[in-house]
Amino acid sequence: MTTESYYGRSIVKEPVWKSEIPLYFWTGGIAGASAVLHGVARLTGNEALAKRALYIGAVADVASPLLLVKDLGRPERFLNMFRMFKVTSPMSVGSWILLVSGGASSTAAALELLGVLAPVRRAAEIASFAAGPPLATYTGALVANTSIPVWSEARDQLPWLFGASATATAGAAAAVVTPARFAGPARRAAVAGAVAEGVIMREMRRRLGFVGEVYDQGAAGRHARIARACTTLGAGLLALAGRRPVAAQTGGLLMLAGGLALRFSVFRAGFQSARDPRYTVVPQKERLRARESG
Amino acid sequence: MSTASYGREAKPRVGFFTDTTVCIGCKACEVACKEWNVIPADGLDWTGESYDNTSQLDANTWRHVAFIEQRKPLRVDADGTDTDGQPEPLRWLMESDVCKHCTHAGCLDACPTGALFRTEFGTVVVQEDVCNGCGYCVPACPFGVIDKRHLPPSPQDAPLALPLLGTKEDGRVWKCTLCYDRLKDGHEPACAKACPTDSIQFGELDELRERAQQRLEKLEGEGWNGARLYGEDPDDGVGGFGAFFLLLDEPEVYGLPPDPVVPTRHLAGLWRTTALAAAGLLAGVALAFAGGAE
Repeated sequence: MTTESYYGRSIVKEPVWKSEIPLYFWTGGIAGASAVLHGVARLTGNEALAKRALYIGAVADVASPLLLVKDLGRPERFLNMFRMFKVTSPMSVGSWILLVSGGASSTAAALELLGVLAPVRRAAEIASFAAGPPLATYTGALVANTSIPVWSEARDQLPWLFGASATATAGAAAAVVTPARFAGPARRAAVAGAVAEGVIMREMRRRLGFVGEVYDQGAAGRHARIARACTTLGAGLLALAGRRPVAAQTGGLLMLAGGLALRFSVFRAGFQSARDPRYTVVPQKERLRARESG
Repeated sequence: MSTASYGREAKPRVGFFTDTTVCIGCKACEVACKEWNVIPADGLDWTGESYDNTSQLDANTWRHVAFIEQRKPLRVDADGTDTDGQPEPLRWLMESDVCKHCTHAGCLDACPTGALFRTEFGTVVVQEDVCNGCGYCVPACPFGVIDKRHLPPSPQDAPLALPLLGTKEDGRVWKCTLCYDRLKDGHEPACAKACPTDSIQFGELDELRERAQQRLEKLEGEGWNGARLYGEDPDDGVGGFGAFFLLLDEPEVYGLPPDPVVPTRHLAGLWRTTALAAAGLLAGVALAFAGGAE
């Protein structure tokens, strides 16, 4: 599709975020879904899995704000994120979610490690459990709430895609470190997340039409292919041979790599989508034409 | 948009009407803006794109004059026939672009810190002492106006290094303030003051809209090819621009989006999707425990 442009220059700006941001989408997803895995494992008395999911979640939860602060233009002003709560800004809402989640899961993990203050630990676990699902999914809303065509037009799928990938990676991480006889739920969550991710990705591509072609091109395309290969292979290993430690660990690590590649693919797709003015102009012209013809 | 919270300090909404039909491409607006606002130099690049060497609005260019050379007649009759009387049609379009100061501003909605705010004049301004450089406003803007001021990369910018607090000189976002400081003292913005042809007209928005309508009718009567107003409609996707334009071709020819929509317009639905995805994640992980621990 061709269209007129100003010397081929982009209309919307490319994001100014660096690699810390897709890394955070990955760690935040692992943290959020691990908190849920931990909570349900506790409730069902699977202490071996509960403990490990708690530690994984806490590590990911502590890494997340460090990555975000690192990406700021003015890192020393990170506390300005908490000057207000703004429902019109997914980044504001997300900062508060991460504050609750990170504070709660690291507190719970530390108390678990020390074996003290059980009532406080339980309260922290409940808070972490509650913050988990929104932490794992809001990042989809964060990128969708922009003027980048490939993100904005995928607003019905991105929170689901990120939620599915979070489930897959959290399950995979737990499957790597948990003995097989306790890791059944983690394996099943990982495989289910991987299947859901594949279905949602396909639906997203279908709905995006030509705007989605960036997922076949350049860095976004490369990362998408790596993500698909790693996640499929890893999930296959977990599903078919997940009771064997070597297979569980290899499959889990492959899925973790796949989840990271998926976040990088979505991230890079945004840059590529912003760079070419056609992706901004063509859908808007179609919208205008549709409005004019009634 | 509302300035109601200012109470008795609220002022009538002001803005720009940029009439590109009388722009002579002198760039006095670019220079006056740079001088008044003490904007740093951003290199001297010869683009070869007509007389345009600043290329786009960004952190260091708050007025940008676009130059378009076209094989199109300047005047046509009602059937679209060339009435210029030239052997070959030729026209040279010039347009001084600027921040639109949207009624529903994507940058302002996205800002998590409250650094971006609505002034008592109805304009949109960044408080540079609050901005922490999160960069969310950059892809939120449907016009690609606001941008982070980049400094040359330093070794500290290596990915994955832990945050080095307070070592960066800038890293904040910048854009047109509609000369907030000048408005406060009852002066018009520097670009409008410097414009020798009144292509840039400053004033109360209601009055500017009336004036623009009359100007359009006059140009249509004289058979100007492609004359149209852009951004004057309060019912458009951003609720009307505070700084709108009279153009002679499709917006994308000038590097402007044909049908800009503020991302926040879809945010209620996006939050619903996110809540559903979060619930889906919770249900999915819980179901993974159905088959027992192994």
